[in-house]
Amino acid sequence: MMRGLILAVVVAALSVASAQAQEFNIVIRNNAFEPQEIRVPAGKRVSIYVSNEDASAEEFESPALKVEKVIPGKSKGLVRVGPLAPGRYEFFGEFHPNTAKGVVIAE
Amino acid sequence: MFGALIIVFREVIEAGLIIGIVLAATRGVSGRGRWVSAGVFAGVLGAGIVALFAEAIANAFKGAGQELFNAGVLGVAVAMLMWHAAWMSRHGREMAVELATVGAAVIAGKRPMTALAIVVALAVLREGAEVVLFLYGILAAGTSSGSLFLGGALGVAVGAAFTALTYYGLVSIPTRHIFTVTTVLIALLAAGMAAQAAQYLDAAGVINVLSGQLWDSSPWLPQDGIVGRVLHALIGYTDRPTELQLITYLATLAAMTALTRLATPARTAHARAA
Repeated sequence: MMRGLILAVVVAALSVASAQAQEFNIVIRNNAFEPQEIRVPAGKRVSIYVSNEDASAEEFESPALKVEKVIPGKSKGLVRVGPLAPGRYEFFGEFHPNTAKGVVIAE
Repeated sequence: MFGALIIVFREVIEAGLIIGIVLAATRGVSGRGRWVSAGVFAGVLGAGIVALFAEAIANAFKGAGQELFNAGVLGVAVAMLMWHAAWMSRHGREMAVELATVGAAVIAGKRPMTALAIVVALAVLREGAEVVLFLYGILAAGTSSGSLFLGGALGVAVGAAFTALTYYGLVSIPTRHIFTVTTVLIALLAAGMAAQAAQYLDAAGVINVLSGQLWDSSPWLPQDGIVGRVLHALIGYTDRPTELQLITYLATLAAMTALTRLATPARTAHARAA
């Protein structure tokens, strides 16, 4: 019963969070992000869907955004960030750090 | 090849440190090699399974599955370290009093290895899954993957060497201090893991309070550099911590300290009785 209760709370919290969050999309193609720059509203929670079209996995990482998330090949991952203060937040693909680079600009 | 080596090494630093600390803390325990090996083996096996189901895990709970999974794994590891600390305070300290002259080897001989083996397994599982996905990606991408794969394998080997370095560094500490040093290290490990778990819960959207950033020390000591990574694994260093992370960190550290000291009166009584 306790597990069911926790599950219900988690699902409820997630629904509330996802209902409020604005959505953005980034694609990983040839070990690079497209677009490399996205502009998001400051002070709000934001959902970024990262679709990895490559066969190889990528780790979407950003100490600035406090995100570390593995996106397996040919799949999609959801990254939740914010609320962010206005500014530039760099992110990179840890598995291809030379080519996979991008920045989130909160304004 | 060198790039792949660095990437894999960065991933295995944390597990490597944890294994080194556990080995140093359990020096003299009979059969600890088997326990730690079993932990590593279970972790590698688990990493393969997690990697296999990575997509399903990621998509669970409205896309927050990976974050919740990581938070859960870290949470269990923290619980195991707390159990270990509580056990040590009840049994280890009283033995330390009685057997001070015999030394740490005998005290360590009674450590609950199950808890520490699980901690090792979970550390290997969490980071191993990322390594497996990375290496699998190289294979999946096909062309000219040989040298990349070799680099990845060498990265694991360098990680193992790092474990050995941690271990020999710790065991070179004089025997009468090693008990205290490993106890403190394990408390800091637990606090760092708990703070990381809190951040995963925030990223999952479960906790959305106290997410303000306290400071930014990334220009001086970036968390994604090698030194930052080591400190992150060792003491939970975070270059841009949130309020929630700091509070969780301090609360866990306080809990670990309390658990370690709880048995002090019992220890004194026992020592007197003996």
